Amino acid sequence: MGCIYQTEENPHFQYVLGLADDALILGQRWGEWLSKGPTLELDIAASNLALDLIGQANLLLEHAAELEGKGHTADDLAYLRDAHDFRNHWLVEQPNDDWGVTTARMLVFSLYQYCRYEALVKSSDAHLADIVAKALKEVSYHRRFAAEWTIRLGQGTEESNQRIQRGFDMLWRFVPELFETVCWEQTLADDGIAVASGTLQDAWEAEVTLILTQANLSVPKGDAHQFGSRHDGHHTEHLGTLLCELQFLQRSYPTASGAVW
Amino acid sequence: MYTTDLRTAEEKAEEARKGVPRSALDTDALEAEFQARIDADAYIEPKDYMPDGYRKTLVRQMSQHAHSEIVGMLPEGCWVGRAPTLKRKMILIAKVQDEAGHGLYLYSAAETLGTSREELVRQLLAGEAKYSTIFNYPTTNWSDVCTIGWLVDGAAITNQIPLCRCSYGPYARAMVKVCKEESFHQRQGYEALLQMMKGTEAQKRMVQDSFDRWFWPSLMMFGPPDSNSAHSSQNMKWKIKRFSNDELRQRFVDATIPQAEFLGVKVPDVIVKNAETDHYDFGELDWDEFMAVVKGGGICASNRIDARKKALEDGTWVRDAASAYAEKQQVATVAAAE
Repeated sequence: MGCIYQTEENPHFQYVLGLADDALILGQRWGEWLSKGPTLELDIAASNLALDLIGQANLLLEHAAELEGKGHTADDLAYLRDAHDFRNHWLVEQPNDDWGVTTARMLVFSLYQYCRYEALVKSSDAHLADIVAKALKEVSYHRRFAAEWTIRLGQGTEESNQRIQRGFDMLWRFVPELFETVCWEQTLADDGIAVASGTLQDAWEAEVTLILTQANLSVPKGDAHQFGSRHDGHHTEHLGTLLCELQFLQRSYPTASGAVW
Repeated sequence: MYTTDLRTAEEKAEEARKGVPRSALDTDALEAEFQARIDADAYIEPKDYMPDGYRKTLVRQMSQHAHSEIVGMLPEGCWVGRAPTLKRKMILIAKVQDEAGHGLYLYSAAETLGTSREELVRQLLAGEAKYSTIFNYPTTNWSDVCTIGWLVDGAAITNQIPLCRCSYGPYARAMVKVCKEESFHQRQGYEALLQMMKGTEAQKRMVQDSFDRWFWPSLMMFGPPDSNSAHSSQNMKWKIKRFSNDELRQRFVDATIPQAEFLGVKVPDVIVKNAETDHYDFGELDWDEFMAVVKGGGICASNRIDARKKALEDGTWVRDAASAYAEKQQVATVAAAE
């Protein structure tokens, strides 16, 4: 594909692409847990989460491809863009590390994703509203799973409390990005297509504070000091290596050269 | 997840056994009654009397089966991140998830015979228990994942369909569910290969290479030849096994070769249809290789066990936390009730 999307280019497409990329990248991260989980039951849970998220990504990327109008498929968008053209939040591309970090990441993100999808069910983009209505049921389970594990680890042993706290402390710097509302997103929100991310912050904070308190954990402090924006194609170093794995076969044996998968 | 019944599997089985009168005098009568029930195609259930040998054989076979499912997640799981399309990725995740489910289901079925999952896993990691030798071969290209679906799961189905009528009830019922899912695994693998054969020369080469490496090991999945099988005759009598290794192997070859021809891969020259028997002759397998792999000689044998050990060790603090939390919850519930 080779193109680099400009921030102002087709905002409706870029918005849906952002939703899709979050689901795709986080789904890819959950897939990495397969056969490495702390119990067999958690291997099964991890694969469910991965399946839900990749399924959401597939539907959202199909919709994004339609909005883009350049004849691409969902697979083209997933497999043939370089990091610069990915629009996911930095949080979801962070490595799994241990079960504590993975759980902290899932709690922060699934609470946010739930708020987002809940608002988008009313989107004037009927196709998007349909996709998120289905996904909302899945994410409702994801946030429950993450909340239960946050509490279990927070209240479990001294070690588990420290490990999950470490997860939140490490990842908290990626929180402000979740609520950044760029001007074109505000315009889309005014048109009833999108939800302005900033409007979700209060509800998210209330929920996350409640859960962390119940888990005997402290809400991390400090500013993000994040330089660069996903909307301009900026990412952490981890996305590149994630894409190496994700895209390897399509890059080595391109569909455009006759490969059939 | 561990809180529904706090008795250990050993305790459960011991309690189950208590209902059954067992003295030296009536053992013969019990065994005769047991065999009569099997001869009449009745299921043996966990609380029923059974000879120790029957129990031991089943625990060995079911745990070996469970271990194979769990170890089998490794060579396929490592391709989830690299699956070539979103559809293939979702299928593969679902398949690996099924395998975890089969493992869990089979460990639970084995627990009904009085050995806990923790003990069975300990045996696996200590090298005391076996798993299917096929998973000691590496998956070096994407086609291997598809070929595992077609040949390895295909061989597993051939082995397991007769087990749906195995005399031990929990195992037989587990097999009904497992076989349905294995059938999906086989079809998705074969379908993925058919697609690749429509693609580029590089893809076709990948499929042929994969077939060449996995075909013979998949035939070895049926175990040693009948002339050299340690457990067969007693297991037949107990209806833990209904067909011999060689019978099942032949059945698999007869079903697979036409599929290979339809797919368009070149099958080994040694395989020819025998006009007299109407079966495919396939010569002698390399039993030296089989025995070497059984003894841990496969390329991946130590990697597989190391990977399982690492998952278990890395997860210790999580399991400890879950247990500590469950205990605290229980104490809180009791305190609230008082």
